[in-house]
Amino acid sequence: MSAAELDAIYLTLLLAGTTTVLLVLLGTPLAWWLSRREGTLAALIEALVAMPLILPPTVLGFYLLLLLAPGSFIGSLWQQATGSQLAFSFQALVIGSVIYSLPFVVQPLQAAFSRVPQELLQAAATLGAKPFDQFRSVVLPLSRRSFLVAASLGFAHTVGEFGVILMIGGNIPGETRVLSVALFDYVESLQFAEAHRLAALLVAFSLALLFLLYRSNRRSLGIGA
Amino acid sequence: MTMLELKLHCRGADGFSLALEESLSLEGVTAIYGPSGSGKTTLLECIAGLRKPEGDSTINFAAQCWQRRGYSLPSWQRRVGYVFQNGRLFPHLDVSGNLDFASRRRGPVQALAQDQVVSWLGLEHLLQRMPDTLSAGQRQRVAIARALLSAPRLLLLDEPLANLDSASRQQCLHYLRQVIEHAKIPMLYVSHDIEEVSQFADRMLILSEGRVREHGSMLELSSRIDTRLAQEEKAAAILLTQLRGQDDYGLSELALEGQSLWVNQLKAQKGEYFRIRIPARDVSICRTLPVDSSILNILPVTIVEIEARHDSPVLLRLALGQQYLLARITRKSAATLKLAVGDRVYAQIKSAALLSEIASQA
Repeated sequence: MSAAELDAIYLTLLLAGTTTVLLVLLGTPLAWWLSRREGTLAALIEALVAMPLILPPTVLGFYLLLLLAPGSFIGSLWQQATGSQLAFSFQALVIGSVIYSLPFVVQPLQAAFSRVPQELLQAAATLGAKPFDQFRSVVLPLSRRSFLVAASLGFAHTVGEFGVILMIGGNIPGETRVLSVALFDYVESLQFAEAHRLAALLVAFSLALLFLLYRSNRRSLGIGA
Repeated sequence: MTMLELKLHCRGADGFSLALEESLSLEGVTAIYGPSGSGKTTLLECIAGLRKPEGDSTINFAAQCWQRRGYSLPSWQRRVGYVFQNGRLFPHLDVSGNLDFASRRRGPVQALAQDQVVSWLGLEHLLQRMPDTLSAGQRQRVAIARALLSAPRLLLLDEPLANLDSASRQQCLHYLRQVIEHAKIPMLYVSHDIEEVSQFADRMLILSEGRVREHGSMLELSSRIDTRLAQEEKAAAILLTQLRGQDDYGLSELALEGQSLWVNQLKAQKGEYFRIRIPARDVSICRTLPVDSSILNILPVTIVEIEARHDSPVLLRLALGQQYLLARITRKSAATLKLAVGDRVYAQIKSAALLSEIASQA
């Protein structure tokens, strides 16, 4: 494997890792809020979170590009604060990936939180547990498996991202050139052997991750046991 | 005496509303009794802060305000123990984890010792078990222990035995009595089973359709014939007796207002107090003392009240010293015997009625 390919793998893992950590940090309170709220606002937020599931990634990427471009509000703020451009940077990829993979983390967490019976939280409250304590000592332990699922899906989905990255990151080696983009490059320049190598790697990775996830799911549900 | 002062108004589904204004004594056990749908659970939830009553409601616990317009003390600051009908144990924690959950959060207050509570409820061998491996009765015992270990100032029990079969209910009741006897925590005990609450309640609040119908001493209420309780099939008087001794026939002699009452042998010390429950349908009336009856318990009483309704049996309230018996007889018997208030008659108590009696310390 060439140095450029190893660079792309490293960059992909770094992006997916950073994105997953941020997604769990942001997605947990958001999922909790959504699981305990009814009404129009909650439905609207829920719809927004789910948008990346159906929107073509290029649409998302296009608007993100407008949002992060040097002339935009966020872009120029970033430029002033850091002295470098936000669009076509690794940071832009992280922002894009967080938005793009949000439903994959929020939805399993939200479902898990909704399954925690209100009755148990009431019991915890009468035993002296404040709301955050109730969340930490009852909701979190009861949703542990869903955190594993959410983090795995968020990670895997970020690894497989292409359209958004191409729109807001371009193809800068060591900065924004992740595996899926490198693969596209090879195909465009008709380097099918190299393309095969990366494509097979991605297939193997995705299959292995999902297989491990579903197997542990079945075990915990006692299917076939 | 510290009181729980309630002025509650709470709307529920289907036009149901709970409205009451009562002061509940915070000593001993107060039974909240009523048919299902009468608002018993709603009342407990309002007291625990799990349900918001209407704005004009107030709750004062001794000198502390728990609820008033625009203010509600959160549940986690009320220090109320709540035993739910289905236990609500934390499924991810074993029994001792569930107990620790309570004791870790109670703060620096004086509390019952964990070993003590565990032994009252017979949980010694269950500490490492997970909740889903426990029987329903065991789960309720853990739930009671957990509530006690949170050092509550008031314990609310919402039909804790309702989902148990009769064997585990008896067993659970035995443990519960230990707690009532030793823990010295005021309790509100919700039940729709009069036999259950009559075993240990000091006072009773009768709810129906969201309104308080009666509130008073358990012994006093159970011997009245003008309450809804008296109209029920299970209507029974509760009397306080003292164990006098045993005989050679396997019976125990209880002292009741200077008379003797024979019951199946009680394993207890002489001089101990027992509450007994005599169902109205098991008491019959004679004008003269029957001399050759197989019934052992025949007591001289005075008729103090007669409730005769059209189409229903006649209810009698019978004075025996300071206490009262209830008797339910047919209208035909009442007419034949020409019973009237003030008559001195004999009450025959079928021994069978006493077989199932409860020997609970008063």
